[in-house]
Amino acid sequence: MSKIEKKQINNLIRISKQLRIDVVNIVHSAKSGHVGGSLGLADIFTVLYFHVLKHNSNDPNWENRDRFVVSNGHIAPIYYSALAHSGYFPISELSSLRKLRSRLQGHPSTLDLPGIDISTGSLGQGLGVACGMALIAQKDKKNHLVYCSIGDGESQEGSIWEAAMFAGHHKLSNLIAFTDRNCIQIDGDTEKINKLEPLSKKWEAFNWNVLSANGNDIEEILDTFEKAKKENSKPTMIIFNTKLGFPVSFMDGVSKWHGTAPNDDEAKETMIEIKKYYSKLKL
Amino acid sequence: MKYIKENIFSNPEMLPTRDGFGKALVELGEINEKIIVLTTDVAGSVRANWFAEKFPQRFFDLGVAEQNMISVAAGISLENKIPFATTFGAFITGRVWDQIRVLVTYSKTNVKLVATHTGVTVGEDGATHQILEDIALMRVLPNMTVVVPSDFNETKKAIFAAANFKGPIYIRLGRQKAPLITTDDAPFEIGKSQKLRDGNDVTIIACGVLVYEAMLAAEKLDKLGISSRILNMHTIKPLDVDSISEAAKTTGAIVTAEEHQIAGGLGSAIAESVIKQNPVPIEMIGIKDVFGMSGTSDELLTYYGLRADNIVDSVKKVLKRKK
Repeated sequence: MSKIEKKQINNLIRISKQLRIDVVNIVHSAKSGHVGGSLGLADIFTVLYFHVLKHNSNDPNWENRDRFVVSNGHIAPIYYSALAHSGYFPISELSSLRKLRSRLQGHPSTLDLPGIDISTGSLGQGLGVACGMALIAQKDKKNHLVYCSIGDGESQEGSIWEAAMFAGHHKLSNLIAFTDRNCIQIDGDTEKINKLEPLSKKWEAFNWNVLSANGNDIEEILDTFEKAKKENSKPTMIIFNTKLGFPVSFMDGVSKWHGTAPNDDEAKETMIEIKKYYSKLKL
Repeated sequence: MKYIKENIFSNPEMLPTRDGFGKALVELGEINEKIIVLTTDVAGSVRANWFAEKFPQRFFDLGVAEQNMISVAAGISLENKIPFATTFGAFITGRVWDQIRVLVTYSKTNVKLVATHTGVTVGEDGATHQILEDIALMRVLPNMTVVVPSDFNETKKAIFAAANFKGPIYIRLGRQKAPLITTDDAPFEIGKSQKLRDGNDVTIIACGVLVYEAMLAAEKLDKLGISSRILNMHTIKPLDVDSISEAAKTTGAIVTAEEHQIAGGLGSAIAESVIKQNPVPIEMIGIKDVFGMSGTSDELLTYYGLRADNIVDSVKKVLKRKK
């Protein structure tokens, strides 16, 4: 059981609900964007931004902050929602997603928006960036940690494994990466397109500490990050088993929802399902 | 001639530009704690081993993993360090162009990319290793600075300038020994070309190894009664448009010379500039839309028409077109 109080957990759950609502609203309004992965990752991003990460939105480049590289940049809607609710920019700006001259580009742009260390969107690149950050922190004996989010489809990129080998070799125990394991990529089931399994064993073979957890359970996510922080000889990979579009039932396992915006009816239906899910949790 | 070494035609000192890089890194390492050097299993070939011996804590060999080198370099630069990522030209441009595009130029990170082993003068290793497209690939990227030093001394200055310069920069070096042209005290400023020689009839604009061939060509042209100006265009981006425009206006004809594809390289950059300012006839010396092959550096420079005699022929051609 988690040492974190029930009250705190309930608070995080409430935040995750708001982030999900924002994701649906902004993707619907933009008429494009990645809604499925964003909803599936809402619990993890909530835990990170509102509990795990040491960060300060008033000082985005604070030297002692934990770093967080979002290598799977297409899940920008949840990234932006978490940043806005953390105070990096006005929540009202979320509605500019993907619009002309918006700072909220379809994929994250570091020069445009505070809180984003590096531009991502071309898959497979962020883990290496996180490795560079962790390497310097390790060399200079800094206490902050480096987190990195990657997609499961993204793990088909060779550059992910170049970075994996590097992190294992340099024993970057200050690096905590996680995979959004929803088993869905744009063209379908990851296992039918280009099999990733046995995924945990792959990371173990690259000399990583590997954990796995339900990525749609806030308490389990909290516990798993705590465990990861305790590792002191290897980088950690957390395989977070998530559901695409969680908790929206009609998105679960349907690859269309990787990168399609809901139309008016679908957006309505999505909101109904999200609200139903949270009301069942009886906070 | 000011800033030009003596005896460059009779008995030039020969040193590879990559050696200038290796030496500059060691000197920089002494004075700047922030310098970090990364390479991909070619430490000796790129002369990064000299830095590695002195500063092992600030040197990282990533193994044969060029994509990861660029990503890691970007991460290192975000931690307020100055990473020099270096490997052969073919593998630090084309192979990792997308990493450079997104993580270095689009993100405007302070990453220094240094390519050795560029052009046909790589020699015996042949076409796969003779990158002839890198200037084009790098200069098309917004936020990128592109520098092609002409000799050992200029390379050292370029590396120091890169360390002091904030932002992405690509420096193109060679493997083979090349004549030392410039003196120690010759000024070097990114974006500012050097007039190595003045003349009225034609301007020869060259970079890298071809600067020396241009100097040889100018001597030959003197004997033919043709007065040539030479611009050492060591920075291809941002281009020194003022000097080019002035040269076009004063001499009325231009010949460009580079060890690179004609498409997209120095000549193209100059043509893009001249056409807007003072349109004059231009002839371009470079690789004519083909890949390289094995041979010695000298054989290949001759085979691909990158010699002083070729420049002289192009000058004659361009003068016929001059109004």
